[in-house]
Amino acid sequence: MDLPSWASDDVDIEHASPARVYDYYLGGSHNFAVDRQMARQAIELWPELPLVMQANRAFLRRSVRYLVSQGITQFLDIGSGIPTEGNVHDVAQVASPRCRVVYVDVDPVAVAHSRAMLSGNPLADIVQADLRDVTAILDDPRVNRLLNPSQPIGVLMVAMLHFVTDDADPANIVAQYRKIMAPGSYLVVSHATHEGRPDQADSHTELYRRAGAPLTMRSRREVEALLDGFELVPPGVVFMPLWRPDSPADVDDHPERFTGYAVVGRRA
Amino acid sequence: MTDADHEAFARRWAEAIVGTSYVSMGRRVLAKHLLGLTSQLVDAALAAEFDPAIGRRVGVDMVAAHFTGTETLRETLALIAEGLPGLLGSAPGCADTGSRVAQLAASMAAGYAGALRERSLDEQDAVYRAGLRARRQAEQALAASEAKFRAMFTDAAIGIGIGDLEGNITDVNPALQQMFGYDHEEFTKLHLSAMVHPEDGASVWQTYEELIRGERDHFRLEKRYYRSDGGEIWTHVTVSLVRDESGEPAYQVAMLEDISERRSLEAKLHHQAYHDPLTALANRQMVNERLAQIFAGPAEQRRVGLCFLDLDGFKVVNDSLGHHVGDQLLKTVASRLTHCCGLGQLVARMGGDEFVIIVEGTTGEEDVAALADKVLAAMAAPIRVGKHELTVTTSIGVVERPVADTNPEDLLQAADITMYRAKANGKARYAMYDQNRNDNEVARFTLSATMLAAVERDEFFVEYQPLLRLRDRSLVGVEALVRWRHPTFGVLGPERFIDLAEESGSIVQLGRWVLFRACEQARAWRDAFGDAAPFVSVNIAPRQLHEAALVADVTKTLVDNGLEPSSLQLELTEQALMGDEIGPLTVLTKLHGMGVRIALDDFGTGYWNIPHLRRFPLHELKLAGSFAVGMQSASGLVDQRIVAALVDLAHALGLTVTAEGIETRAQFGRFRAAGCDTGQGSLFASSGPAEQIDDMLQAVNPLCDVSKEAL
Repeated sequence: MDLPSWASDDVDIEHASPARVYDYYLGGSHNFAVDRQMARQAIELWPELPLVMQANRAFLRRSVRYLVSQGITQFLDIGSGIPTEGNVHDVAQVASPRCRVVYVDVDPVAVAHSRAMLSGNPLADIVQADLRDVTAILDDPRVNRLLNPSQPIGVLMVAMLHFVTDDADPANIVAQYRKIMAPGSYLVVSHATHEGRPDQADSHTELYRRAGAPLTMRSRREVEALLDGFELVPPGVVFMPLWRPDSPADVDDHPERFTGYAVVGRRA
Repeated sequence: MTDADHEAFARRWAEAIVGTSYVSMGRRVLAKHLLGLTSQLVDAALAAEFDPAIGRRVGVDMVAAHFTGTETLRETLALIAEGLPGLLGSAPGCADTGSRVAQLAASMAAGYAGALRERSLDEQDAVYRAGLRARRQAEQALAASEAKFRAMFTDAAIGIGIGDLEGNITDVNPALQQMFGYDHEEFTKLHLSAMVHPEDGASVWQTYEELIRGERDHFRLEKRYYRSDGGEIWTHVTVSLVRDESGEPAYQVAMLEDISERRSLEAKLHHQAYHDPLTALANRQMVNERLAQIFAGPAEQRRVGLCFLDLDGFKVVNDSLGHHVGDQLLKTVASRLTHCCGLGQLVARMGGDEFVIIVEGTTGEEDVAALADKVLAAMAAPIRVGKHELTVTTSIGVVERPVADTNPEDLLQAADITMYRAKANGKARYAMYDQNRNDNEVARFTLSATMLAAVERDEFFVEYQPLLRLRDRSLVGVEALVRWRHPTFGVLGPERFIDLAEESGSIVQLGRWVLFRACEQARAWRDAFGDAAPFVSVNIAPRQLHEAALVADVTKTLVDNGLEPSSLQLELTEQALMGDEIGPLTVLTKLHGMGVRIALDDFGTGYWNIPHLRRFPLHELKLAGSFAVGMQSASGLVDQRIVAALVDLAHALGLTVTAEGIETRAQFGRFRAAGCDTGQGSLFASSGPAEQIDDMLQAVNPLCDVSKEAL
């Protein structure tokens, strides 16, 4: 049985979803056969993918802690995916219990699961929307209930923007968010790049393209350009493990293997 | 064994499993976490009462921390087997540490596998349930959106129809059924071809084909349809193409708004905008548009004619018999005019009792003259309105010109001016346009029409001519004479514009301006020369004398300039004093009472009657320039005696006498001999700017050598 009996056209599980594939990479079981099949193919082509995803997840954790240390207590995590170990609200609320988090994802299953998970948490919620639909996200009552736009905010686009093709003008989308971010806000971005493992990039991109989730890898300069208007928090745009590691021991000898860039920008 | 050994083991463990699973910890935290597990395992292995379930707990703990990768288990088991015994050392009472380690490892593997299975099943369960919820929500959203659409479709005031790409109508909403008078069943049997209206432009169905082929997504237009009962409706239609998932045309949706009422209202408004409601003739707007059409495009050899009609004495009919009779009269006239005209001729009512006939494609003046004759003849028969039998005549201005030589405004104006000539020539006739006369009239009209604006723009100025006491040649007064510095015609004397000002009524404003200007100047002279300053004499037109405001104007001007009334003289003509009206006399009496000097100007030019003068409060007579002619030669004895007699009479009435137009020494001598008190004329000085008077006042001596000689 490829599809569960409840599958319908409206909730598309005929195609792998990046959110659920990501969950599988991280060792989760919140995924369907089609997701696992895709993930296994990807791992076959590129055995280190789970490590890359772990590095990405670890960067998310470190960046949220950093933001809390800078006084940020409200977060908008766009492209949050399936909740798993080390979610933003887990990390943030451990650091500061009054942190408020709104997740955004376009995948209805991820949203339904997140909502179930968050049902007991009054300071966290999820909105189903597309990153590109800035107005819908910012006008959503849940966003308005939990987030105060006059105060600094942490906006997270972790492993998100490489799913926005150049046609859709990602820099412009980021700029629209920047406009509503109060001074002192932060933008957290991690982004797939071909610059770490050029040998792997093409086949990986092709796989995602066939799966209906086209992936646009970008260079360091391109990633930096996406953060136009933000001051880059040191160390700037770096391979993921190099962004403020917990300890030198956490940095691999070959951080470029973790072929994604991490960067945090501050709105002055 | 030391804690340091435990820590070293935990670090090795962390090293072995890092990257095999995702856990939310950095390496240091991970090592610390594993140190806890290490201690549990060591304690269990060394416990007096060995409990292998501790191993199970450690396995469960690892899965809980999200060590879900199977490589983690393999590395962990290998490390325990190889390194844990070394941590235990040779503890007393531990018969078989090797066996305990193996048991702990086995139960840890079992605990790990069990927990991982549970975790996976839970997560699968969670994700399946999330899927179910997501689907339910999607279905609810779909149902809600379908319900919304259905409600919109059913309750919309706008007509909505859905059709396939072959033109079959598949669904229609109640509004559309009502609009067309077909029920749902009848409608869905119809094909779009039944919706064609004979007046549809070719582009309508062409556009439709483009839509069906997917070359456009929608179009809008206004289009007529037949209803089921054969009636016609005007609609505003929007047709949209709906595509399937792959972007191919799937079906079409038409939205129709009934705009029949708006259309008929528009037609009515359009008619109203171009027609006169009383006579149903075209109105001024239509005349303007028709002329604009005629004059648009190349003129070539085309000619155009225009009759401008004005009924004679219509006002009398209206005033004496009432507007109702007047209106009926106008309707009959309109109908007669219509009967006179044929193709290419437009009859219009311009307003009031003015009508216009535009004649297109004329060959010469005689065409339009013939039409004017026809109109005059048609008016000959009396018009019956109720019990009144009215004879109405009309004056017609006829213009016929090449299109190339004129424009709509000039054509209308020329006909209008020509019509006034027909009136002046005796009414009940037409007059033909005459270029020269027209130009004169236009010039007069232009002057008249621009005069008030010219006052505002300060185009007028005043010159002064001295009035001398003949006895000793001393300057006693000045006559203020208005001039117009016209931007195109140059400096104009009063003879060019005073009559026009009188006709148009502008004289009131102009006269007020001259009065003010002259008094201002009088004030200046008084300031400079004290009692030696002359009085100023200002001409007052008959019309001004009929304005009650004249007294107030004079008073205010005197007060404003701080002048004694006696320093102002007003000159009137005999004409102004004729007639029986009491108004002018009252005004004059008031002015006289104030102490303002009153002079009768140009005396002797018309009918005059000296005893009659007694009725008026006058100070002075000014003898017309014509007397000066008779005073020129010694042979004009009669004239000299008449003047002498006039002067005597005037003096008897207590009036002083001024001689005008003194150009020669002889005239001067004789007027003085006849007893005239003062004189003016080019012999002394022509009119000039105020500075000329300044110079005269500054000279201590009398200015004229002549006077000495004559003495």
